[in-house]
Amino acid sequence: MNAALRVFVKECRESLRDRRVLVNSLLVGPLIGPLLFLVLMRLVVGRELEKAEQPLPVVVIGAERAPELIAALRQMGLAQKPAVDDPERAVREQRIDLAMRIAADFGADWRAGRPAEVELIYDSSRREGGGDVERLRGMLDSYSRRNGALRLLARGLSPAIATPLVVASRDSATPQARGALLFAMLPYMLVLTIFIGGLWLAIDSTAGERERQSLEPLLINPVPRDRILLGKLLATAAFSTASLLLGLLAFLVVGHFMPTEELGMSLALGPRFLGVALPLLVPLVLLICITQILIAAFARSVREAQTYLGLAQLVPVIPSIVLSLLPLKAQLWMYAVPLLGQQLAVMRLLRAEAVPPVALALNVVATLLAALAAFALTRRVYDSERLAIAV
Amino acid sequence: MIEVRDLRKAFGATRAVDGVSFTARDGEITGLLGPNGAGKTTTLRMLYTLMRPDSGSIEVDGRDAQTEALAVRRTIGVLPDARGLYKRLTARENIEYFAALQGLEAGVARARTDALIATLGMQDIAERRTEGFSQGERVKTAIARALVHGPQNVVLDEPTNGLDVMATRSLREFLRALRDAGRCVLLSTHLMQEVAALCDRIVIIAHGRVVADGSAAELRARAQEQNLEEAFMKFIGGAA
Repeated sequence: MNAALRVFVKECRESLRDRRVLVNSLLVGPLIGPLLFLVLMRLVVGRELEKAEQPLPVVVIGAERAPELIAALRQMGLAQKPAVDDPERAVREQRIDLAMRIAADFGADWRAGRPAEVELIYDSSRREGGGDVERLRGMLDSYSRRNGALRLLARGLSPAIATPLVVASRDSATPQARGALLFAMLPYMLVLTIFIGGLWLAIDSTAGERERQSLEPLLINPVPRDRILLGKLLATAAFSTASLLLGLLAFLVVGHFMPTEELGMSLALGPRFLGVALPLLVPLVLLICITQILIAAFARSVREAQTYLGLAQLVPVIPSIVLSLLPLKAQLWMYAVPLLGQQLAVMRLLRAEAVPPVALALNVVATLLAALAAFALTRRVYDSERLAIAV
Repeated sequence: MIEVRDLRKAFGATRAVDGVSFTARDGEITGLLGPNGAGKTTTLRMLYTLMRPDSGSIEVDGRDAQTEALAVRRTIGVLPDARGLYKRLTARENIEYFAALQGLEAGVARARTDALIATLGMQDIAERRTEGFSQGERVKTAIARALVHGPQNVVLDEPTNGLDVMATRSLREFLRALRDAGRCVLLSTHLMQEVAALCDRIVIIAHGRVVADGSAAELRARAQEQNLEEAFMKFIGGAA
């Protein structure tokens, strides 16, 4: 154990002097997730928000025939644009997105209580305008319903007569749940942080040592090789954990800048989340780090190790994709699958839902067992004669 | 003392070491001499327990290298063919790391390191990071870390490779001092001048086998040549 500790101390000391390790483990690793996230959120969510709040530009033909309608629409966010001569052609030639024409006899029909016509001119094959058309239609509908109700009241009838059916939508997604849907990628970002945090150490302390010809002298010391491996694993895991910790803190900070409030969502990214997520993810840190070392031990050179590990980095994205494509209902056994289990648990935590203690325990135990198995496998590679000798 | 008996090791169909036997005694410098690819490095690697022989036995101070590998590693100091240093650590940190892995107490490790730094004349480079060290400075550091635990047996694979004349001279003096202190020194080389200048006993290896074994004078006499180089060529030619 003592020897493992000495290897650990030396690996840490050496790594703290390595700018590549510092940049990777303590800067890129922790920040890549939150920043990527912030940008994505701003792009996707920000655009939706902008559209909803911005005035809706519509070319209006014959506005003077329905001043009351235009005034009401303006209150709802219509930005009236001056009329054009041939709106159909203008839409076809994409000079304008959306036009509204008030029929010539609008005023007469309206006063007579007949349905008055409003034409919408748009090109449905153009996606961009789709949201705008819906918005305008919604405004017109509400104006129409309001006036319909007023007319019924004026005739002494209840507006309810004209509404035989009422459809009430009750979205049972809690605000947190809606947020978590968007945040299904967050667990992968955390895994990526763990991965990047240990990446350079795993490569440098195995493939790197061999390439620099210091592995053979090291292994000649009277220390069993599993102690050396353990020391290297602990050092890799320490940097990986540091990266994860910084990454979680960065998410807490970035969470404040995310437009979650505007969307009526909230994410449970608080101290409570940290308290559960951290112990949950530490076994995963061990599993990922030992796997990285295993892969780096197989590689013949640093470059080869980088290639392999770059590919391996994509593996943890699989549960994220599966879970976002197939809305799987979480079953207990799923928590026994490393990566998938953490993904499920972190998503629940983000939704401020409790994770059953049994599931947590199962996940921790299963992940630790997997890490042990990977350790045993790596130990075999370490014990082989070929390990030390540069090919 | 190192005793090697009928050592064999094959890599696939290649018999790298094919029945090597020799003894390296305390208070002597023994040289394994042979052309490149003769099996010297593989022999040494089995000796310092990095590789396991297919057959044969190795005893270091009476201990079997295969069954008591860790004990054997404590009694030998090795300058292997691979002599990479940790370039982000200072020379002293490199040496003290190996002292710690040898199980030395921190105080003892520091004292031994200081002594070796003084003996090898490394005072001005000891606190520098080893990145950018010259070949000579690197070999000195590698030797210091190999000997920090004060081993009775010293094994060096091509120790003067890449060293300039001055560095070679001081290294030879250092090895002679080890011998005079009663240590068993075993080195491999492909350089004739090296063994002629340094070794008390020469073991000539070619094609994985020992083709001659004795002092320089004995070898010359046996080959009936005045010149050691001619004798060497004769032995090697005979093995081909």
